[in-house]
Formats: sequence, C-alpha cells, structure tokens
Amino acid sequence: MLITLVVITLIFKSGSWLRDPLTKLLIVNDLLRTTERGLYCEAGDFYIDPWMPVDRAIITHAHGDHARWGSRTYVCSAESERVLRTRLFGANIVARDWREEFHANGVSITLFPAGHILGSAQIRVSYKGETWVVSGDYKTEPDPTCTPFDAVRCNVFVTESTFGLPIYRWSKQSETFADIAAWWRSNREAGRASIIFAYALGKAQRILAGLKDLAEGSFYTHGAVERLNRDYRDAGIDLPRTTYAASVPKGHDWTGALIIAPPSAAGSTWLRRFGPSSTAFASGWMRVRGARRRRSVDRGFVVSDHVDWPALMSAIDATGAERVLVTHGYRDPVVRALQERGLAAEAIASRWEGEGESETEDVIPDDETAPG
Amino acid sequence: MKRFARLFSEIDSTTRTTEKVEAMSRYFADADPADAAWAVWFLSGGRPKRLIPVRLLATWAMEESEISPWLFEESYHAVGDLAETIALLLPENSSSGDAPLDEWVRLKLLAIGGAPEEVQKQIVLDAWRSLGGVERFVWNKLITGSFRVGVSQSLLVRALSRASAVPEAVISHRLAGDWRPTPESYGKLVAEGNETPAESSPYPFYLAYPLETDLEALGPVEEWQAEWKWDGIRSQLIRRNGSTYIWSRGDDLITERFPELVEAAEWLPDGTVIDGEILPWRDGRPLPFAQLQRRIGRRNVTAKIRAEVPVSILAYDLLELEHEDVREHPLSWRRAKLAQLLETAHAESRITLSPVVEAGSWSDIREAKNRARVLGAEGLMLKRLDSPYGVGRRKGGWWKWKLDPYSVDAVMVYAQPGHGRRALLHTDYTFAVRDGDTLVPFAKAYSGLTDAEIREMDAWIRRNTVEKFGPVRSVKPEQVFELGFEGIQASTRHKSGIAVRFPRILRWRKDKPASEADTIESLRALLVSAEGDSS
Repeated sequence: MLITLVVITLIFKSGSWLRDPLTKLLIVNDLLRTTERGLYCEAGDFYIDPWMPVDRAIITHAHGDHARWGSRTYVCSAESERVLRTRLFGANIVARDWREEFHANGVSITLFPAGHILGSAQIRVSYKGETWVVSGDYKTEPDPTCTPFDAVRCNVFVTESTFGLPIYRWSKQSETFADIAAWWRSNREAGRASIIFAYALGKAQRILAGLKDLAEGSFYTHGAVERLNRDYRDAGIDLPRTTYAASVPKGHDWTGALIIAPPSAAGSTWLRRFGPSSTAFASGWMRVRGARRRRSVDRGFVVSDHVDWPALMSAIDATGAERVLVTHGYRDPVVRALQERGLAAEAIASRWEGEGESETEDVIPDDETAPG
Repeated sequence: MKRFARLFSEIDSTTRTTEKVEAMSRYFADADPADAAWAVWFLSGGRPKRLIPVRLLATWAMEESEISPWLFEESYHAVGDLAETIALLLPENSSSGDAPLDEWVRLKLLAIGGAPEEVQKQIVLDAWRSLGGVERFVWNKLITGSFRVGVSQSLLVRALSRASAVPEAVISHRLAGDWRPTPESYGKLVAEGNETPAESSPYPFYLAYPLETDLEALGPVEEWQAEWKWDGIRSQLIRRNGSTYIWSRGDDLITERFPELVEAAEWLPDGTVIDGEILPWRDGRPLPFAQLQRRIGRRNVTAKIRAEVPVSILAYDLLELEHEDVREHPLSWRRAKLAQLLETAHAESRITLSPVVEAGSWSDIREAKNRARVLGAEGLMLKRLDSPYGVGRRKGGWWKWKLDPYSVDAVMVYAQPGHGRRALLHTDYTFAVRDGDTLVPFAKAYSGLTDAEIREMDAWIRRNTVEKFGPVRSVKPEQVFELGFEGIQASTRHKSGIAVRFPRILRWRKDKPASEADTIESLRALLVSAEGDSS
C-alpha cells in the first residue's frame, strides 16, 4: 500500500489531485483501482479504457478519450467492433456479445449496453462474490442508433459525471428534433444552408436518425462523419441517405441542405463552399447560454449522449450499489450529492478532467480535423 | 410575454446586426402599443427602480427547486449568471397562460418593488410556476435588472424606423431625454411626420486611420498639425436656434447626460457646430475613462455625480459657423475660427480648445508622443493643415498614432472561471512578477487570448491546479504571458506596491520559462520613469 502510494505520488508529480480532499485513491485490495495507465483489475490483470498502452484493454466505447491506440489486445462489444476497427486500425480486437460472460484469471467479465453510442458498453467485473460495474459514458434515453442502456445491479458502481450538475436537464428528444427541423425549414425559406456541428462518432448519426422523418431537404456530410456513417449502416443502423459534401460538384445550390460536420470544422474554410448558411452546435453543453454564445454559432441544440442530472441520480439508484466511484466530469458535486443521499461515494481521478467544458463532451480525435 | 421572450431569443441567437434589426422590426410591426412601449424601454436599458435583493431570489429558487445551497453555488459557478442559473434549476413547467408583456410589467414587475417580502415572494413564485423556458429566463433578467441583449440604441432606432417608416433621425430625436414607456408615448414615437427640427442634425464624423508609415513619409512637418488624442466620447456639440444638442459618434443624442456642457454652450453664438471629445476633466487633465462611464450609464445626473466627475469638451474642429457648413475649408482656417470663437466665449467655459503640439521637426513629434501618457492622452492625431473635414474613415488627411502600452512578461499564478459567454472556462488570470525566489501578484487580466487558446489554457489549468479556493485555483507557476497595460502607479493597496491600468494579455509566451519572466525591479523601473515624466 505504502509502495503503491509512493509510486503514484511520483508519477503524478504535481500532486495536485492528491491534495484534493475528495479525490481519494482506491485502496489496493479493491477489485479495480486507478493507476498511471488507467483503471486496473489486478486479479484479472486487465485495464478498462487505459490511457497508455497495456497488454489487455477492455474498452467501453470507441471515443478517442476511452479507446487509445497502442495496447496489445482489446476487448469490446460486438456492436462496437466495426467502429473500433476504424478508429484503431490494425489493432488486435476481440468482440464479445452483450451479456456473454468471459473470464480473465478467474475474474468474470460481462458487457452490458450503455446507450451512449453504437456499441458502448458498461463493464461488469465479478470476483469472489463482489460485483463492480464501470459505466463508461452512458445515457438512459432511447436512441435508435444503439442498444438501450441496461441497469445492472452491483456492489460498486463507477460512474461518469460529465453533466453532473442539476442545471443539466434534457428536454424531450422529440421536441429538440422538432426544433432542429424548424430551424432547418426557416433556413431553407431564407435561402440558406443549415450546418450542424456534432461529434462525428455517435452524435452525428443520432441526429441523422432523429431527423430522418422530419427532413426538410437533403443530408450532406463532412468526410469524418461519412466514414462513420458507413460503419453504422454496416452494423444495421437505419440512417437517412447522406451525400459526402466534397463529392458534390462546384456551383451546387446548397439552399435547404443540411450539412453535418464535426466541431473542428467550425470556422474553417471548408464551410465557404456552402454559401449563405446558418450554423448550429448540438451538444449537452448548449443548455447554458454562455457556452452557446462562446461557440459563435447561430443556434445551440441540446442533444447529449450523456445522462442529465435526474437520469444520473436514478441510474445510480437503479444499480443498488452501496458504493459509488465518480469520474470524468463534475466529480466533486456528484460525490457530495450522493453522500447527502446516504451513499458511500468517492471521486476517482481520470486522465481527462472533464469538469467544465474543455474540448469534450467527447474528445475530438485528430482524424476529424482532416479536410474532406 | 411569450412574444417578447421570442424576440429576446431571436436577438440573442444571432451575431448579425441585420438579423437583430429584422427581429425587432417584426416585433414592433405587430406588437400592441402597450407592450411595444415596454419593449422599447427594456431594449434601451430601462430597468425597474426597486429590485428584489438577489439573496432572496436565490433562497426562494433553492426552496422551489429543492437544492441545497452548496449545489446552487456550484451551479452558479458553472453558469456564471444568476438569472440563468435560477431558470435552469427550477422544475420544468409548460407555460400555459400568455399574459401580455404590459400586464407582466405593470402588475408584477413594478408591483414588486416596496411590497412586503411575503407578497414579493408570492409574485415571484407565481411567475416561476407559470412561465416556461426562455420566458422564465427573461423574467429573471427583468427582475434582477440585468436585461441586456446586445442591441445598441442605434439598432433599436433603426428597427423602429423600419417598422414605422418614420426616419431614424426623427425616432432618435423623439426617444431622446426622459422617454416614458406608455402606449401614448409609443404611439407618438412611431407616428407619421417629420417634426424633428433640422436644427438638431449632426454632421457625419470624420475618422482617422492608424498611422502606417514613417513620420518622414508624410512630407514636411510644416504641412501638418499634431494634437493630443484623448480617450473620451467623441461628440458633436450643436448650438442652433437657441437650443443645444450633443451627439455621440454612435449617433446617440446624449444632451441630457451633460448639463454643464449645455450651460456652457449658451455662450456660443447661434449656428455653431463643434467636433470635440467629452472628457472627465479636473485640474487641467483627464480623469480615468472609467469615471466617465459612471456618467454615461445614468439618465439622472445628480449634483453629486456632477461634482465627482466634472466633464469638459475639448474642441478639435469647427464644422458650422454662423449657420454655414464650413467643412470644406482647410483645417488651418477652421482651427483659427474655432480658436477665435472659444476665446470670446465664457472664460470658465467647459468648452476648451484642444491644444496643438508645437513642433519644428518630426523628432519633436516623436518626443511629444512620449509625453502623451503623462498628460493622460492616448497618443497623437496628425492632420494635414489643408485637409477638409471629410465623411467617414478616409486615408490620407488624418492619421491617429496611439501609444504602445507598457509591457512585461509575467507568470500566471491564479485562474478563475469567467462569466457570461466565458462561464465554465477559466479565463480570468492573476499574474505575478519575480521577486528573488518568490512571485508577487500584481495584475489580473482576462482579455487577449483567442477562444482556442482559452480552451487550451483551461485544459492546462485543470491539470495543473495546486490548490482550490472556491472557484479560484492556484496553478503551477509555469505559464508566461506578455502583459500590456496603459498606466502604472504606486499603490498601498496592492501587495506588489504597484497598480497597473487596463492590463491585458498581449500574447502567450510559450517560448519563455517562468525563470525568465520579468522582475519586480523592472516594474519599479517603469514606475520611476512614469513618475519622472510627470514631475
């Protein structure tokens, strides 16, 4: 224990998060603990979403801040496999079905849908009568582009907290999509194209699926989005017809078109081709006016692939966990709120200090900045 | 209320002024005069005189949304705006009734002030329970007196003009002064007719470009006039037919804001228009611009504020003399006439000739520029003596030559989240200079980085926090920034013993380690040279 502490202290030389009284280190004999490489199961000798190369990595989902390049083997959900192969080209990947139990050194591992994006998984780890669930990123709202979230009973629940403040509360999706469609229509009437910025993996496809029956014109995509649309369609997800914007000949009239592009395309010269246009950003962060205005877009639509505050609280309740470890987001407020509800809750470190609006709702990998 | 909230959303969701104007003119085109009157009032910065203490609002919001004080606090830090925090935290409800804005304002908003606390609370809770989404946010903005939407008076005037087909100048004139938000006065505001006396009309302002060549390239120094460039409100003072009008460069009629200038203008001959700069002025030099802002903000100019922030207009140019447009005459001619005119005016006048800089050579001009800071000027204006008074911004005749700000390389030591547009991100930084082995904080600055740099900095701050004190984080002293500031003076209130004016970030010195940042000695040296100049 002492040695581990020393090692970790040396690695996190800054010591900044050690001094944070709410950030406690997991005890060494816990089934999972944080290490410099990520969340580690010593009994089973594997990591969950490691942020540095390891021998055995189990991946909750294919977003860049969870699936990092360089590990020897990866385990992911079968639903996630296609996208993960696109993301980690050439990696050694083993896919597992939902609820299929497998083992590592006698530790039982099972993947359950997390409802965040296509194939996103919660990872249940059981050993010697104790069960842990690592949520990864998740949402409990229905989403036609992925298998819905499953509440899994456990003793210890490791939860994300990206939107862990009560100001984050999502409206009904049907209303949000109707708002997007209305914006699209008014742009068409004003002779403009509609450009919507959304994370290329997951959010973009969810918006396409959500607008399928509300379409006011044709859908066009940025290259980063189009590549992933292909994977989604291959996985059997029903998306509307999309056209890769760069394949459209010059001189095209973009009036009434809806273009989906990753956030990195905002403000870039890539947008010039569309002529007069209105821009929008789709993200849970858009709930706050300051975040909307900072993005310098015309509209902000609150579409999130994470749980909002009420859903976070009820999802935690549904696990029946007596201990909750909070990571990735507004850790401290969530921990305190859970403690007020009588739960044993602690914050644990994550490489990505999500608290507040950095580049995440989900990290944007470099490949999305490529023109196309 | 719904319609007004929609107007707010429309204005708020675009940065294009044309769209803002369109949204407003659509609103005014079909709004009930009673509602429209209030809309005009709020959009031009009107607010209820008596507001509910925000502490009470926060308490009621916590009760209503069943949230503990610390969580309310955390939420407020993330949002950065109290009215919005409350709107986001209150339980969702679908707004059912749609009472007109006029009713909301007269029966609720204005009824609140001075009512017993129980009544206030009931009104506020009723509003929260019956208003949804944006309406609730707008209501909160109205009761907290913080309703600002980013439309200037001139955009509002343009929209009213478009909706009513009454010329902008007429609207602007009718709206000036103590305009009251009643259906009758709104009716008069947009009524047909053009009764504005031409006597109030200003000329378009002539503006200068920043100097982009060497001084010598401008030709012989004898062909030029150099003046101090003041940092106040560029204005036109109009005296016609026994009345006085003061217009700001933003085309706002600001006569009522400056009664002492109106009094002084009575000494001017009829048919005079002067271009000048309104400055907070005491003992022959300007007070900081922030003082002037205290006067711009208020409609009610009290004796107290007049005494605290006395103003003068420093006259640059003469545009009209004896009812005649003299803008085509050369500057040398206009300047001579202006001097004559002001000489014969009252001796104690608050209208004074802005001095020219005597110079026999370009190097005299350079030296003069170095004195500008001491005089409280922000640089020099260079004007060709034969130049007419043009229209708009033109190259050639007039140039502005602003001072370079002071600058030092300083180390970031604290960071805290910004407000409004920048809530959630750490954007307000405290900077220190080296003092031996320690660091002495001396300035706070928040502007100057690009949005991308702010995000990068924010991520760095989160990873390199040493300690948290509420929203403030101390960070590892590693990031060096070049800070610019306009002035420096000794201060007993600051630990460093030095106070700087208008500090801002010039650039992020990623190339410099903290060990090479500037020292307290270098700041003191700047201080000595600044004080040496003024003695």
